[in-house]
Amino acid sequence: MKTTNEYSIGEYFIAVALIMLIFGLIFGVLASANYIFPAYSKNWLGFVQLRPLHVSSIMFFILIGASGCVYSSFNIISPYKINNSLAKLQLGCWILSIIFILFSYFNSKFGGREYWEFPPKYAILIAFTWLLFIINVIRIIRETKEKPVYIWMWATGIFFFILTFSENYLWQFPYFREHFVKDMTIQWKANGSLVGSWNQLIYGTSFFLIEKISKNKSYAKSNLAFVMYFLGLFNLMFNWGHHIYTLPTDSYVRYVSYIVSMTEWIFLARIIYTFRKNLTEAQKLFHHFPYRFLFASEIWVFLNLSLALVMSVPAFNLYTHGTHVTVAHAMGTTIGINTMILLGACFEFLKPETDLLSNGSKLLKFFFWSFQITLFVFWITLIIMGIKKGLWQMGNQSDSFNMMMSTLHGEFQVFVVSGFMLMISLVVIIISLLNSFFRNHFQFKTI
Amino acid sequence: MKHYWKIYFFTLLQIGFFIYSYILYSSNSFQYRNDYKSSSAQQGELVWQKYNCQSCHQMYGLGGYLGPDLTNVISVKGKNNNYILAIIKSGSIQMPSFNLSDVEKINLIEFLKSTDASGKADPRSFDSQFTGMISNK
Ligand code: HEC
Ligand code: HEM
Repeated sequence: MKTTNEYSIGEYFIAVALIMLIFGLIFGVLASANYIFPAYSKNWLGFVQLRPLHVSSIMFFILIGASGCVYSSFNIISPYKINNSLAKLQLGCWILSIIFILFSYFNSKFGGREYWEFPPKYAILIAFTWLLFIINVIRIIRETKEKPVYIWMWATGIFFFILTFSENYLWQFPYFREHFVKDMTIQWKANGSLVGSWNQLIYGTSFFLIEKISKNKSYAKSNLAFVMYFLGLFNLMFNWGHHIYTLPTDSYVRYVSYIVSMTEWIFLARIIYTFRKNLTEAQKLFHHFPYRFLFASEIWVFLNLSLALVMSVPAFNLYTHGTHVTVAHAMGTTIGINTMILLGACFEFLKPETDLLSNGSKLLKFFFWSFQITLFVFWITLIIMGIKKGLWQMGNQSDSFNMMMSTLHGEFQVFVVSGFMLMISLVVIIISLLNSFFRNHFQFKTI
Repeated sequence: MKHYWKIYFFTLLQIGFFIYSYILYSSNSFQYRNDYKSSSAQQGELVWQKYNCQSCHQMYGLGGYLGPDLTNVISVKGKNNNYILAIIKSGSIQMPSFNLSDVEKINLIEFLKSTDASGKADPRSFDSQFTGMISNK
């Protein structure tokens, strides 16, 4: 039997998150098929339902997975400090929210806004769930002596999530709803920062894991680490305007965002600068599965940051905005960076039989690589689709919207097929993780 | 204590964030830009959300990608209220048919009028400058 300090509530969060990821992947593939078989599922599950089913399942995966990683990390940093009953209640509320929300999508009950299309009343349940998380984490942090940068990042992420999630619902008040442009400005301000807030949770976890794996404790306390953290926070707060460059909002919004987004060059420069060092480290640690995912996420940060820098220049944004380049950016970062780090963390925390990961398991290694390759094809295809539409929207538009879409048929096929293969790769990886969860928690409990 | 600079810095950023938010929330300059929504248009926006039109359509380029941007659809030549209501009722190959009540129809049209009045979503209505910044033509 596991001893109490090994009992990790975080792992239960991770298991629920992984199940949501499987759902999200299936809904994503079903949704994408609409691009090549128009409305094939109209009568049972239309695109209008599948898109929110996909996006919300993915959001749940990310939020619950990140919470689980924070708990699992604290279980190592400050054992016995987590209030397990509170955490169980939190997980229970998450599951309840998921049931309500997915059920309402299946019944075509919407009412919310993009990414949160469910009836707004369920947002209260999510906010309550998050409050439980805040209470638990504040208690743990107070009793934790050392506060390396990842603890700051988790605290920031948790605090900003509730702030921006609430901001996302300001439209419930007539004052904020009266002016269309202002309303949209605030909505995308909130959405942009919200993504930043879960990134803080996930990047924090990545920091913690790197420290744990490389056994180098100095970096997470160094001033440089904190400078990078503050730069990230600065971007979270002020770099959301690139979503709305074409919105006729006050022009300072555009300037602030454009200027702030250029600080992202610093992140890019840093990746390039430290790449050699990381590569040497990678050669030593690449056999270790969690590390492998973290290293892959670095490459994806590089690719997505480069794309983001292009999209942040307003003149280029005119071409990419409202096209699948934006989707490439959204899915590229949520899969390549967030999912990659979370999976790495799952491998570290759930520890599927260690030898399976270090040397053997050709199967898992194969699917790790097929995940990377299919994701790359998927990402590039979205970018190509987006550029073609971008040229159309900035051209003379002699073709109608429908004609333009039909010229993209080939790309749509690659998109759907690569998405399908991506799903398969991920599902195999997830199942092996879930297997070890069930083994850790149920099979061996009897002794 | 050596942690103090972190706390100062955090507080500073936080204050900046709240000031910026406050400016955006209270800004009146939007009001001169014809983006006011009548209560009927506000109801219309809720209709838009109730049927999740945003899963396929965009406003100012934001939304799903299967269908066209509808910010200014109401003022496109040949696409008047009747055309719009007809396509909503009948649907198309991709688009499902929606059975809106009479009130919902009126409100939705008001909403589309208000989005149209708020500005032009067409990215061609901007000029690019050598700095990479854009401005309205
Ligand atoms: C499943 C995706 C989908 C959903 C949901 C959807 N539409 Fe559409 N809509 C389309 C597509 C695709 C077109 C392009 C025209 C075609 O297919 O012939 C379109 C066209 C239109 C047009 C005509 C645009 C033009 O320029 O001619 C209007 C107006 C419209 N939709 C309104 C709505 C409204 C209002 C809703 C919500 C009640 C809605 N649509 C929901 C996919 C969708
Ligand atoms: C870990 C895996 C995935 C994550 C994290 C993810 C995340 C997302 C996100 C955040 C969006 C919203 C994009 C936006 O609005 O700009 C989205 C949309 C979408 N995703 Fe995924 N996704 C994943 C896998 C997949 C897969 C495998 C497919 C299958 C092809 C897929 C198909 C789609 C489709 C069709 C949309 C809607 C795009 C549109 O509006 O046309 N996704 N996804």
